[in-house]
Amino acid sequence: MKKLIAGLLLAPTALFASPAAMATEGGVRLDAAPINQADVVSLQSGARTFANYCLNCHSASLMRWNRLMELGLSESQIKDNLMFSGDKVGELMNVAMVRKDAQKWFGAAPPDLSVIARARGADWLYSYLRAFYRDPARPTGWNNAVFENVGMPNPLWQLQGERVRVEQAAKGGDAKAGAHGGALKAVAYETVRPGSLTPVQYDETVRDLVNFLVYMGEPAATSRKQMGIVVLLFLLALWPLVWLLKREYWKDVH
Amino acid sequence: MAATEKPPVTGTGSVALDGLLTWVDQRFPLISTWKAHLSEYYAPKNFNFWYYFGGLAMLVLGIQIVTGIFLTMNYKPDANLAFASVEYIMREVPGGWIIRYMHSTGASAFFICIYLHMFRALLYGSYRSPRELMWIFGVLIYLLLMGEAFFGYLLPWGQMSYWGAQVIINLFSAIPLIGPDLSLWIRGDYVISDATLNRFFALHVIAIPLLLLGLVMAHLLALHEVGSNNPDGIEIKKNKDARGVPLDGIPFHPYYTVKDILGVVVFLIVFAVIVFFAPEMGGYFLEYNNFVPADPLQTPAHIAPVWYFTPYYSILRAVPPLFNSQFPGVVAMGVSVMILFVLPWLDRGAVKSIRYRGTHFKVALAAFVIVFLVLGYLGTEPITVWGQFGAWLGNADRATVASRVCTVIYFLFFFLMPWYTKVDKTKPEPERVTH
Repeated sequence: MKKLIAGLLLAPTALFASPAAMATEGGVRLDAAPINQADVVSLQSGARTFANYCLNCHSASLMRWNRLMELGLSESQIKDNLMFSGDKVGELMNVAMVRKDAQKWFGAAPPDLSVIARARGADWLYSYLRAFYRDPARPTGWNNAVFENVGMPNPLWQLQGERVRVEQAAKGGDAKAGAHGGALKAVAYETVRPGSLTPVQYDETVRDLVNFLVYMGEPAATSRKQMGIVVLLFLLALWPLVWLLKREYWKDVH
Repeated sequence: MAATEKPPVTGTGSVALDGLLTWVDQRFPLISTWKAHLSEYYAPKNFNFWYYFGGLAMLVLGIQIVTGIFLTMNYKPDANLAFASVEYIMREVPGGWIIRYMHSTGASAFFICIYLHMFRALLYGSYRSPRELMWIFGVLIYLLLMGEAFFGYLLPWGQMSYWGAQVIINLFSAIPLIGPDLSLWIRGDYVISDATLNRFFALHVIAIPLLLLGLVMAHLLALHEVGSNNPDGIEIKKNKDARGVPLDGIPFHPYYTVKDILGVVVFLIVFAVIVFFAPEMGGYFLEYNNFVPADPLQTPAHIAPVWYFTPYYSILRAVPPLFNSQFPGVVAMGVSVMILFVLPWLDRGAVKSIRYRGTHFKVALAAFVIVFLVLGYLGTEPITVWGQFGAWLGNADRATVASRVCTVIYFLFFFLMPWYTKVDKTKPEPERVTH
């Protein structure tokens, strides 16, 4: 059953793929990330996954820890549950790993993740983090269907388990053309060692993580939209007044 | 000893204010300037939708200057700090994100207003005599605006900032003999670097805005000297009343000030929708790749300029290289903009407005608009976007062939203009404006 779900991982979500879904270098179809910025529980869970699994190698050096208070967390919660070093809560999410070491170990320094969601898009991240598979040809033993020959080994392998890629089926009929003209591929996997989460739970964990990355990309986005509604209401109320003023003045132009 | 020949100012409803204005007016051409440019500047009464965009362009210029001043208070023109300082503005400066989004959206809004404003001139022949000089000032403003946008785009120091600037500056190195030295001189280094960022910052915040403001002033003074054109393309000054006021003219203030406020509110609604709900505008106003810090060692797979440059970028790519030199493309791109300067002398039409032009001009203008939009679209995409033709056409990229066809049509619009405007079967112009 697990195998079946794992094998069909990409199939059901593909139905909801946004029309603007961009193709990847590998020509893989991206899944729409079912994220919700208003879901605080999801954002908190994503923050936890981010602090536990990403923040060891990747920094988020444009983001302050105490900004997470926007997500309903208290200072002590942030300190006790998310921060592992003795940093102060007002500091930036920096990382101890030295860039030079990282370059030696992974071939490329892990990028800062502060605005990664704005560069890559939520759909790409959601697909990418669910597209790792075992590949003995790679130095790390891992490859990725969305980001081929990626330097990063699967950071969430304990959760997702280990999978191998079994086929590259080009779906003849409904395959959309990618950015470079080729047909988009659907990829199937086989689980060789299950992780601590079921595939459904894993998808939810990645969804929460991506939700958090999107929030971190632009923490002001929610208040931006709220302010936008007020500004638009003001302008829409102003418009008829200005229109009446213009009509009054133009009465005598014949 | 104040000049006493001027009458005192009256009618503000306040003795104190009357007195103050009288005092100022005796030392400064306050009332005469107000009259000459607003309350007794007579504009045709038949302005339509297209006449909003000149004023709106000035509004956007104001938005850009004010938001720009606040951005410079927190931005760091330093290759090591620039990217983070923009995010600092977005995250930590109170109200910083709204200032930054207004500025980034304003850049695109400026070009939208200017393009529609220029299209208006094409529709109604506003560049024709006696408005040639005003048109030339306008084209200079357009060129400066392109420079302003180009210099400003480097400042966020993202991947697209860096590689976009790289591509454009490299164009100069295609110029024979002086090219390589010229591009080195522009960059101030062998690659785009901190030196380039610093000089672009200086040009973006001081040099170009000063020139821009001066030219806008000249553009307006020229306009107020010759008077506004109108959708009928006829001169309202030909029919005046006993006081010398054009019969079809109305004072700019209050009539067009209240009408323009209406346009401003509608514009601000659209502007606010973008700023608050879609500041990236699907990657066209803020490119996704520009959220990756500039990396001189990693060339992005696809480098596209921002949308307002893409018609010209398409023309550049469409022209095939000669002896392995991009120079012909660079020349074509340069000519495609510079040719606007001679437009007033290319048009030999008997009438100015499209309302009384014949089929030739209408077809030519429609074709021009279509190819401009197609070139603009193709410039945002890789040349493989439409796939390839079969072997019968040498497997050529469809988009390249399309942009070549469009480039030829773009130039024919100008090169054939003296002919098709002259032989066009025009309709007689009315004596008075239609309102």
